[in-house]
Amino acid sequence: MAKKKAEHQTDTDYAQDPVNAKLSAEDKIDLLRQMVRIRRFETVSLKYYQQGKMGGFLHLYIGQESVAVGTISLCGENDHIITAYRDHGHALSVGMSMNECMAELFGKKTGCSKGKGGSMHYFAPDKNYWGGHGIVAGQTPLGAGLAFALKYKGLKGCCLCYLGDGAVNQGAYHEALNLAELWDLPVIYVIENNGYSMGTSQERSSAHPEIGLAARAEAYGMEWDQINGENLYEVRARTQVAIDRAHNEGRPTVIEIDTYRYKGHSVADANAEKYRTKEEIQKYMNEHDPLTLWKDQLVSEGVVTEDDFKAMMKEAGEEAEAAARFAQQSDFPDESEILDDVYWEVDNDTEAGNTGRHFFH
Amino acid sequence: MREITYRQALNEALDEELARDENVCIIGEEVAQYNGAYKVTEGLWDKWGDKRVIDAPISEAGFIGMGIGASMLGIRPVMELMFFSFAYVAFDQMMNNAATVRYMSGGLINVPIVVRGPANGGTNVGATHSHTPENIFANMPGLKVVSPATPRDAKGLLKQSIRDNDPVYFMENTLLYGEKGPVPENDELPDGELLIPLGKAEVKKEGADLSLIAHGRAVITCLKAAEILQAEHGIDAEVVDLRSIRPLDEETILESVRKTNRAVYVEENKPFCGVGAQIASMIQEQAFDYLDAPVLRISSIDSPAIYSPPLEKKQLPYPELVVERALSIC
Ligand SMILES: Cc1ncc(C[n+]2csc(CCOP(=O)(O)OP(=O)(O)O)c2C)c(N)n1
Ligand SMILES: [Mg+2]
Repeated sequence: MAKKKAEHQTDTDYAQDPVNAKLSAEDKIDLLRQMVRIRRFETVSLKYYQQGKMGGFLHLYIGQESVAVGTISLCGENDHIITAYRDHGHALSVGMSMNECMAELFGKKTGCSKGKGGSMHYFAPDKNYWGGHGIVAGQTPLGAGLAFALKYKGLKGCCLCYLGDGAVNQGAYHEALNLAELWDLPVIYVIENNGYSMGTSQERSSAHPEIGLAARAEAYGMEWDQINGENLYEVRARTQVAIDRAHNEGRPTVIEIDTYRYKGHSVADANAEKYRTKEEIQKYMNEHDPLTLWKDQLVSEGVVTEDDFKAMMKEAGEEAEAAARFAQQSDFPDESEILDDVYWEVDNDTEAGNTGRHFFH
Repeated sequence: MREITYRQALNEALDEELARDENVCIIGEEVAQYNGAYKVTEGLWDKWGDKRVIDAPISEAGFIGMGIGASMLGIRPVMELMFFSFAYVAFDQMMNNAATVRYMSGGLINVPIVVRGPANGGTNVGATHSHTPENIFANMPGLKVVSPATPRDAKGLLKQSIRDNDPVYFMENTLLYGEKGPVPENDELPDGELLIPLGKAEVKKEGADLSLIAHGRAVITCLKAAEILQAEHGIDAEVVDLRSIRPLDEETILESVRKTNRAVYVEENKPFCGVGAQIASMIQEQAFDYLDAPVLRISSIDSPAIYSPPLEKKQLPYPELVVERALSIC
């Protein structure tokens, strides 16, 4: 196996953690449904991508669902989300609809970004979701900035800022870590460690303390943690510690969540089975699939049955197909709309927007 | 003559320069074991090994800056940016260090680095991945900017850029990587290899009525437009390809305009202070008396790159648009 798995405290019963103990059966089923919806959304979008209905890149989240669902399920009114280009799972987790997400992939004006951003650039500020960022680690200072704004306004909240195991090597991330600790910003950097940045394994890209990537936080005197992403109870319980720290002490944390992506880096990744073995992928799918494991957990708790699960998968598949129909039936933006949304002042037809020339082609 | 793709042409240039000079090395994300995100470096790691072809972590400011530092001590790094858009992560290194060290040291130091990669829109990857920074880098004295449109130029210019003793930012185009064109075999050439000097434009098609001047993929757009102008309107357009933006071959442009008396600059760059602005200014200053019409510029529609595929097609210049604008001054 390419990456070094951390040793997790398997003896801790995360189900008994207060944040999990308070979950009703309905809550637990909802968490399952959210993961199922992400997986189905991704499979259906892959299908239409392969039919040539979308352009650009498609970075699928399949295999990592427990990270977005588990962490975002803990968020309250003043908690904010920002992530990279593998952003569909987070979008659905904050409550964005499949319709607007799918339409964005099809480049339609009913998309969440009016067809202007595409797969990598989803946004929904009304749901505290600040993107969707294509430049590796470009979002990491922004995450600190959202936390700064919360602190500045005196709000009790935090920012969950997601990044990959490859993104941790960007200077912007390290500068952001220093600022976050120096200025006590309530930001939580969530490293979604799927073992690879494109075709490069963790050991070929990162120098780090033996224990893992999050431990680099120690250099900044920052708290950190490492979490087994295949266990939704664990993701929730340990992320809550970081959220409490942010809410109560206004302090940052780096958490590293071990996870795995089943598909290529993007659909265009022709080498997806070259830099890692088929067996490695299969092993994750068979033994570590977060969705299956959560379903099994809930079956063992008597909360769902296998039939419930099948029905849920089917329903989510239908929802995703309906979203694809919605997307196909929607209009593309009008050519004149290319120039909308460039300047606030111009869009709002203000005096400033009408003074001087703004566009030059 | 044999035909190879733009991608293969670049690959040959890299391979030949690796063979010629042991100080040449290739550094970038996924360039070695993965064979390059766009397969430009395919096979080179297999052939040349870990020392010469090096996979870098995602740390553009760090590894581009490192390449600049290594070049000060005589290494000739050819740095790949997976997308030239990521140059903005390394902007300080590329502008502040690569461009100015020679000047500030009073000429004691030089920086023989090449930074190359695709610098284009048109592939529906959204604004963050679709930047066209040729005008921005060409604005900075100390830097050279090259933008080949054909496989032959890609090969000859890249080899020359690697031998150049100043920093050269070499801007390719993902939409051209798969395009084929004639590239001579080395044994067909008098010097045994293909070298094309920087600062030499090329007339890609001769014509008498109008000069379409361009760089990068816009050259291909102009060639298609010229065909339509000829076939449907009886207008004989000349197509001039800058090939290198800085240094700039002003004489070839002026010669063309003095002959045709009409000029249109076409580029996929943004318009404000675009390359076309520089050319238009130069033409009016140096060939004013020859002009029968204002110099026109056609560029990207002036917004960040839109994702929506059919819209992005319209955002960038296309042959019919060039024809329409050309007719307005003919
Ligand atoms: C600045 C920058 N450099 C390179 C890229 C190209 N790129 C996109 S994703 C990626 C790998 C990132 O891996 P990781 O951070 O582990 O995230 P994952 O894809 O595994 O979710 C690379 C090299 C980019 N988008 N931005
Ligand atoms: Mg990764």
